[in-house]
Amino acid sequence: MRALILCLLLAASPALAVQPDEVLPDPALEARARQISHDLRCPVCQGETIDDSNAPISRDLRLLVRERLVAGDSDAEVVDYIVARYGEFVLFNPRASGSGLLLWLAGPAMLLVGGALAFSLTRRKPKLEDDLSEDEQARIAELMKE
Amino acid sequence: MIVELGHFTLILAFAVALLQATLPLYGAARRDARLMALADPAAMMQLVLIAAAFGALTYAFVVSDFSLRLVTLNSHTDKPMLYKVAGVWGNHEGSLLLWVLALALFGACAVWFGGNLPATLKARVLSVQGMIGAAFLAFLLFTSNPFLRLANPPMNGDDLNPLLQDPGLAFHPPFLYLGYVGLSMSFSFAVAALIEGRIDAAWARWVRPWTLAAWIFLTIGIALGSWWAYYELGWGGFWFWDPVENASFMPWLIAAALLHSAIVVEKRESLKAWTILLAIIAFGFSLTGTFIVRSGVITSVHSFANDPERGVFILMILATFMGGALTLFAFRASALEAKGLFSTISRESALLANNVLLAVAAFVVFIGTVWPLVAEMVWNRKLSVGEPFFNAAFPPFMILLALILPIGAMMPWKRAEIGRALRPLRGALAMALALGLLAFALQTGKSALGPVGLALGAWVVFGALTDLWQRAGRGALGEKLARLGRMGRADWGKATAHSGLGVTIFAVAAMHAWAIEDIRVVRVGETFPVGRYEVQLKEVHQEQGPNYSTTMAEMVVSRDGAEVVTLYPEKRVYPVQAMPTTEAAIDYGLTRDLYLVIGDPQEGGGYAVRAYVKPFANWLWGGALMMAIGGLLSLTDRRYRLAAGARRAPAAQAAE
Repeated sequence: MRALILCLLLAASPALAVQPDEVLPDPALEARARQISHDLRCPVCQGETIDDSNAPISRDLRLLVRERLVAGDSDAEVVDYIVARYGEFVLFNPRASGSGLLLWLAGPAMLLVGGALAFSLTRRKPKLEDDLSEDEQARIAELMKE
Repeated sequence: MIVELGHFTLILAFAVALLQATLPLYGAARRDARLMALADPAAMMQLVLIAAAFGALTYAFVVSDFSLRLVTLNSHTDKPMLYKVAGVWGNHEGSLLLWVLALALFGACAVWFGGNLPATLKARVLSVQGMIGAAFLAFLLFTSNPFLRLANPPMNGDDLNPLLQDPGLAFHPPFLYLGYVGLSMSFSFAVAALIEGRIDAAWARWVRPWTLAAWIFLTIGIALGSWWAYYELGWGGFWFWDPVENASFMPWLIAAALLHSAIVVEKRESLKAWTILLAIIAFGFSLTGTFIVRSGVITSVHSFANDPERGVFILMILATFMGGALTLFAFRASALEAKGLFSTISRESALLANNVLLAVAAFVVFIGTVWPLVAEMVWNRKLSVGEPFFNAAFPPFMILLALILPIGAMMPWKRAEIGRALRPLRGALAMALALGLLAFALQTGKSALGPVGLALGAWVVFGALTDLWQRAGRGALGEKLARLGRMGRADWGKATAHSGLGVTIFAVAAMHAWAIEDIRVVRVGETFPVGRYEVQLKEVHQEQGPNYSTTMAEMVVSRDGAEVVTLYPEKRVYPVQAMPTTEAAIDYGLTRDLYLVIGDPQEGGGYAVRAYVKPFANWLWGGALMMAIGGLLSLTDRRYRLAAGARRAPAAQAAE
């Protein structure tokens, strides 16, 4: 039983997110690496960033990000480098260009439309002649008779 | 035998739901009192039958009846009793059974508390509930039957996903489902009102408690889920903008909007059509949420079902109910003429602004969630939308909301002046700005997030307090306090819930801005600094749990040489599912949580250790709890307990 558990332990042993041996000695570079890997999606997981993911490929990507940073790439160049190899699927922050612009503008556009509609609602003029329904007018007539 | 009985009662419940969906509706159209009266016993019977089915399934889990496919797939004899029971809804079929149980419970509540409803409205409401029940019971029976047997039962089961074996997650789904399903009541009331063709203050007074109840459950459910993620996933994240989280957040936002617009209908008989539309959309988002979670269409951490047949079925339910309700709305909405007019600056307008902002925020979450699907279908592009997008696109609307909230809450109905509403708030504004500046001066680094979050949260909290103080009127302190004591629970609820929002805003900003993280290799006996604390890894040893084995570390946290606490983070392995989990050890505190995680042993000796200081983490759950308590206070306000007063008909006495 012990041996079995040990086997399972070894087989399933996850590399838990960022490992100490990955951390760059330069804190400024490391901070940039964390920032970048926080916006990159693990290609095989279900909606995890490579920063949080335990998958081996995420570890590879984290190391790749750091490798490029040490080589002197800018943040944008690192991201471009990864996207060129793994596709825009790995971008958790979709680019605000082309059809991606629609996504970014949808909220503000909705706010403008909704705000305009709401404003027009408050500007409505009272329709005095319709204020009372037929029933109510009949009831008033009745009361007046009494 | 018991399992077969459960299966049978479930089928019977489906038949009853079909009757409930049709006969009372027909009766209401024909003014046939006998047919309308059928709705009550039908709704009660549904509750009894579905509860019996749920009980039978629970029994099968408790006694580990592995001849049941579902039990085999999700349970194990070694599992603690709590998780045997929680395992009932820790899977697709069982969670849907819980869904229809909640639905039946709400239907029965409508009977219990609905004595004062006009007969036709009540019959129609229960009929619409019956339709929803029938649709989901059909879904359950035809695509996701929990009572299927296995021809060759195994000796033991596959166990529940270890991540789900946790008290936080055991109770997270029931609350969330009560919230989702509670919104079906608002939906039923909206559709019934459209059929009736009239909406008045009484209707709003009826619909608001149901929405409020649903919103409270959603708040608690979401908070529980977030708390679970915080302590269980091992890095102290509390919100990931995962599609499944978004699925619960969208109905929450819309329900919050609905709560506020229903006040306008109740007090001013205005915004009627909009309120009806919100009630329909709120349930639409509930169904969308169910679709997203249950179909696995957007794969995410939580999706444990991945079967297109089910997805298509739920999509059909969604299309039928939304299509039907919106068509009805298109034909009937014009008849819902608003009575109370209001000027551009007024309480009504402020509540309308609240509605627009909440609805747009929900829309942003929605479009971000479905965007990968849209992009794949339209442009054949495989892309992702995640945290960075939502963190940039969502907060602006919430910031606007928080900015106008205290002002709007002070405005009078019909016509207001911004200057007059602002005058009493000068103190709150000054306090908020001062706190923000103080935080900026004290913090290391130049991030504006923390100070702005603090100022905004304080503005909302002090604004709510100012509002309370103003309501206490003029006069001596004693008089004011006496008036505060006599004030209705709705007023207290408003202040509590709004303050809760302020506290939550602050906590979210603080957690993002001021968290400290440290990842390193630590040898046994070594000490390392984290923020103002020193942490020593004292010892690491192996232990056996009921259904797992664990590597447990003993870590001593001290500050300035004085011991603060000893924590025991664990790394567990559940052999049946061959799955490791990290059990972070957390020292909860008022201003900070200490959060320690033990990782793998390293090649050169020592262990990977993560240590975090999470500032004001408890304020996050505290804020959510305050919102829920505020809702509860409002729900128990006198005017809802005496809802009969809304419709002073003689029938009300007969029904009591």
